[in-house]
Amino acid sequence: MSLNTIWFILITVLYIGFFLLEGFDFGVGVLLLILGRDSDADKKDLKRRTIINSIGPHWDGNEVWLITAGGATFAAFPHWYATFFSGFYLPLFLLLLALILRGVAFEFRSKDDNPRWRKTWDLCIFIGSLLPPVLLGVAFANLVRGVPIDSQMNYVGGFFNLLNPYALLAGVATLGLFSLHGAIFLSLKVDGELADQAQQLALRLWLPVAGLSLLLLVGSYLSANMLVRLGVIPAFIVVIGIAAILLCGVFLRRQRRGWAFAMTASFIILALATFFLILYPNVMISSLDPTWSLTIENAASSPYTLRVMTIVALIFVPIVLLYQGWSYWVFRKRIEAKSEQLTY
Amino acid sequence: MDALLLSRLQFAITTVYHFFFVPLTLGLSVIVAIMETQYVRSGNEIYKDMTRFWGKLFLINFAMGVVTGIVQEFQFGMNWSEYSRFVGDIFGAPLAIEALLAFFLESTFLGVWIFGWDRLSKKQHAAVMWLVAIGSNLSALWILIANSFMQEPVGYILRDGRAEMSDFFALLLNPNVKVQFPHTVLAGFTTGAFFVLGISAYHLLKKRNQEFFTLSFRLAAIIGAIAILLVGINGHSQAQEMVRSQPMKMAAAEALWHSQNPASFSLITIGDLAQRRDVFSIRIPRLLSLLAYNRLNGEVKGIYDLQTLFEQQYGSGSYIPPVAISYWSFRFMVGSGILLLLLAIYALYLIKKGSIADSRVLGLKLFVWAIALPYLANTFGWLLTELGRAPWVVYGLMKIEDAASPTVSAGMVLVTLIGFTLVYALLMAADVYLLVRYAKTDPHGGETTPPAEQPELTASLAGSQD
Repeated sequence: MSLNTIWFILITVLYIGFFLLEGFDFGVGVLLLILGRDSDADKKDLKRRTIINSIGPHWDGNEVWLITAGGATFAAFPHWYATFFSGFYLPLFLLLLALILRGVAFEFRSKDDNPRWRKTWDLCIFIGSLLPPVLLGVAFANLVRGVPIDSQMNYVGGFFNLLNPYALLAGVATLGLFSLHGAIFLSLKVDGELADQAQQLALRLWLPVAGLSLLLLVGSYLSANMLVRLGVIPAFIVVIGIAAILLCGVFLRRQRRGWAFAMTASFIILALATFFLILYPNVMISSLDPTWSLTIENAASSPYTLRVMTIVALIFVPIVLLYQGWSYWVFRKRIEAKSEQLTY
Repeated sequence: MDALLLSRLQFAITTVYHFFFVPLTLGLSVIVAIMETQYVRSGNEIYKDMTRFWGKLFLINFAMGVVTGIVQEFQFGMNWSEYSRFVGDIFGAPLAIEALLAFFLESTFLGVWIFGWDRLSKKQHAAVMWLVAIGSNLSALWILIANSFMQEPVGYILRDGRAEMSDFFALLLNPNVKVQFPHTVLAGFTTGAFFVLGISAYHLLKKRNQEFFTLSFRLAAIIGAIAILLVGINGHSQAQEMVRSQPMKMAAAEALWHSQNPASFSLITIGDLAQRRDVFSIRIPRLLSLLAYNRLNGEVKGIYDLQTLFEQQYGSGSYIPPVAISYWSFRFMVGSGILLLLLAIYALYLIKKGSIADSRVLGLKLFVWAIALPYLANTFGWLLTELGRAPWVVYGLMKIEDAASPTVSAGMVLVTLIGFTLVYALLMAADVYLLVRYAKTDPHGGETTPPAEQPELTASLAGSQD
């Protein structure tokens, strides 16, 4: 296997790590305003704090997966990084604003008990968690659908080129999927009434999300080159993916939350794997002329850089997995909705 | 305004802003880790309270540093795509390694530290804080390895119009890294130490929690004194490295128009920039030669001679950086550093005399104001480092004007420039509000939000907010 392919796979793995982990904490952020409701102001605040604390120890570490994916793209495929980031300028700006407001909001929100202060930061958490899934869905869909890229590897379309129906469908589907993933996570992570409410919400979300996912699959046949890449009868990876999202509903109905979570997790892994399979060996497809597409060959760093980076990755990715796994093990217990036990 | 200028402005604003938070993270992470270690070793609860109190301020600051750091990584590609294509081979590698080695470490373990007080043993918990501190300082190393390539390109070959990495270890051992990394990290320790000194002085003046803040003051004074002394010594090496690798930056920093041998050092120069000459100048003979080469003779090249030399080497064009900004940045940085050194010595003297808790001590209030000094020095240091390199983005290899994204229009950059500036301004207000509020709280007041436990203090604070 060539180093270029190895790096394509590694970047796939980094994005999978990001979607899998930050996926549920984006979802939890969106659910903050939906589940964090109560007629009693104190109870409402306690609920919201419990929801935030469920992802408190993890959201920052989860976000590093995205930063590492960005850095790895820069190091291994500089042209991909340059074309993608400059071409998708405004969506990425919105993504940055969302991530900025959200991150600060987690840390600042409970450090002052003025209701207006808390309400403002809660809104930041909500919007900051809602926008990124939509934007990432739109951006990734455009990668496989193809965008106007000229012979100089520059994106020559505008902002509205990116807002085609297929991309918007992918944006909404990603938001739905993360919300479902987050609701199931919450039902596992908190206690009592809130956990039950999260479970019920997950059950209600499941059908629309499964529907959107299937629609997206159809859309990928129509709008992206899925037919060419994967054939009429798709690879087993797609079949298992569909099975996972369907089984998720079965498990939710039977209150098997752990299994349901395993299903959304599997679905996210398989959906992203499918996405990168469709893309490979391209990294950005030109809709103007296929020969202008960026590929793992023409967008890559020199073999020397790839070799150095491979050694670094082989040593440190397992170490990161180990200690991040440990951090989840440390906080494996459910969170009780008791004010004195909440940190954020 | 054109897209290039706007992109430069955006980079300057977002980077300077980001670096308001980074140095305090670098220094305070280590200081908090030391406090927690003292708690583990002595079992004295006061050190636990210190860890909690300073840790909380650390967290408020840390959040701002993290989120503004993401912008840094993205905007090379967003606004500087030609630069990214040109150096991606080399510049991207340390950035990716920074994320993999440093960001994961600090972010994951910080989460464990914040939430893990009851889930880990004392020793484990302190060790986790050390991992956070190591992670933060490691990230400084890798980003400075990347920046050093822009200052002094090494370990590369040019092929097909791109710089390709030819020697990874040459990048790591770049002479510029050896002076810039210690300078930055020690400046961070200085920032952290003076932050603790200033807030401790505030409480000592109010005669509150004297034991707590005397201990904090003492620890910070020792760390601050060592750090600022080393910053100065190291700064001297860095200036010599600058004379060698970027003589134009030194000439601009000194407003030295003509080469001199021996070269005098300008204490103050008022120059006529249009005519590029001095109107008024106080100079110390031979000092610049001494600083540059550790001897009383030696030619330091002036701006005019370097310009002629560079035209021969790189073709026609101006190779002169903004002289006034470079000159004054250098003076503000060194001036702040000297003040900090004097204050650190005074702090040590107070400790030795054992009279810090006595609020009649002369000039304790100075330490409260001095919190701002490291921030000034840090900012001006970076202005000199980055603007003094102009017109180069990668010294000798690529000019700033060739680095921007060709497809990003001025209108788009204007939108993001306004967006970032507005959001950053609002966040700064929230950040300063929280820092001031938590800095003023009683460290023994409890663990959650101050208002719950201390209604009267909150009332007075709320009053001061209006």
